[in-house]
Amino acid sequence: MAKRQEILLTGAGGQGLILASIVLAAAAVNDNKNVVQTQSYGPEARGGASMSSVIIDVDTIEYPKVTKPTVLLCMNQASYNKYLSKVEPGCVIITDSTFVSGPYKEELQIKSLPITRIAKEILKREVVANMLALGVINAATGLVNRDIFRESVYEMAPKGSGELNQKAFDLGYRLYEEGPEQLIRAAAQTSQQ
Amino acid sequence: MAEAKPVLMQGNEACALGALNAGVRFYAGYPITPSTEIAEQMAVLLPENGGVFIQMEDEIASMAAVIGASIGGMRTLTATSGPGFSLKQENLGYAIMAEIPCVVVNVQRVGPSTGVPTAPAQGDVMQARWGTHGDHPIIVFSPASVYEAYYLTIAAVNLSQKLRQPVIILLDEVIGHMREKVFIPEAGKLLVEKISDHVPADWKPYDEKGLTPLVPFGFGHYYHVTGLFHDQYGFPTGDPPQVERALDRLHAKLDRYRDEIVLTNYIGHKEPRVAIVTYGCTVRSARSVVKRAFWQDRLPVGLLSLQTIWPFPAREVEALAKQVDVIIVPEMNMGQLVGEVDRYACGQAKVIPLNRYDGEMITPDQMFELVGRWLP
Repeated sequence: MAKRQEILLTGAGGQGLILASIVLAAAAVNDNKNVVQTQSYGPEARGGASMSSVIIDVDTIEYPKVTKPTVLLCMNQASYNKYLSKVEPGCVIITDSTFVSGPYKEELQIKSLPITRIAKEILKREVVANMLALGVINAATGLVNRDIFRESVYEMAPKGSGELNQKAFDLGYRLYEEGPEQLIRAAAQTSQQ
Repeated sequence: MAEAKPVLMQGNEACALGALNAGVRFYAGYPITPSTEIAEQMAVLLPENGGVFIQMEDEIASMAAVIGASIGGMRTLTATSGPGFSLKQENLGYAIMAEIPCVVVNVQRVGPSTGVPTAPAQGDVMQARWGTHGDHPIIVFSPASVYEAYYLTIAAVNLSQKLRQPVIILLDEVIGHMREKVFIPEAGKLLVEKISDHVPADWKPYDEKGLTPLVPFGFGHYYHVTGLFHDQYGFPTGDPPQVERALDRLHAKLDRYRDEIVLTNYIGHKEPRVAIVTYGCTVRSARSVVKRAFWQDRLPVGLLSLQTIWPFPAREVEALAKQVDVIIVPEMNMGQLVGEVDRYACGQAKVIPLNRYDGEMITPDQMFELVGRWLP
């Protein structure tokens, strides 16, 4: 990780994106990096759209706001429409295809994965889609050491849900590396047995 | 001191933790965005640590409760935002006059009136100085990071106790709501001194000879507390020489401890031609400009950041003005502290304001562009 990384997590209120940004920031702190986390507090944060950002750098972080996102996560169509115009080629864009249907621009590096659907079908819990998304992001970017990140996910999860959240995080890695078809097929086989 | 472990912490949380570690055990307040997290934290921390948290009916009563608890011997804190800060002004003046220590946090938001509750602004700089009436002294800190929010709160509590003087922390919404990596040293064991053990036999609550420690009610001394001008025993007076002496006394406290109160920091070129003078979250953009202009491009640029904005760091600004051609004063308001900078630059340097008041931070690019225009 060379330069300042600016990560934008966007979606609908209730998808757990603010918590995800705090977990990502805590993981980066545990990985000895400098971090600033901010979130939108406006009327849009009360129902409707949710936006939070994390800046990670080895250097000290002065300006705390995102100017050029290097990673963008879109968990619903409205946020995809809104934030896609703010990124430049080179930014890693991850969309949740459960809710986002494009249009996808060829000049941009967009990875579309069924994040929420996988959480629902394989873990039977839609609420951990946020940690699954973090797994996907970290698999794609290597922002934070994977083991440290896993530990932080456990520590920051609500009491009693640490393991489930870790499972979701690991599943995010697999979703990124193996693709959704493979995961769904494997899950179907285990349920048949 | 144990080695500090880095943690992720929010500015408002740091403020609450700083207060707790400085011995604050009483909080009275009325929640308001963007300061609410301070109240939330205190509501958790104080009962756990033998303290008292009260949510009052409004900000006027909160300020009154804080003053009452202080004179009862507790270290106190209250937090609010612009609309609530307006309501606190009357009782704040009373605390200044009666020399009752307390710390008031104002997490600023866009005003006037209820303004934009969730957007940052630095519009309360002059209100913090002159919000309550009369020729009063005041101490105001303006933190630029989560860690500064922590240690300036501790400094505020200690100074307020030492000088029997209310201290205001003007936090920016950006700093209050931001989470950042910080190293918080572990709190040492607090030594709570029983003041009454060290009080001279001829103790007077408002001694004409100068600063005397506050002896809380219930510690064997009986005195009168009033917002009227008073003699050294606290009883009202309208006698001109006594009135003049009493007001001089209030200001002399701050003059005497000026070096402990006025905190500033200079970074950048040793012989700058263009300097930025700023405070609060705007310091962060300015630091990023210095990084680029001086550390990278070796341009003669410097930054004087003000952790203390009142009393105004006149001496530091005067010295800087003698060195540079231009002083740029970025502020997230229509120009408040710039007037003060101009006053002490005394025509030695050209003073240029950079203002933004749309509820967004001044960006490093915006500042860099203006600095570039004035470089030789």
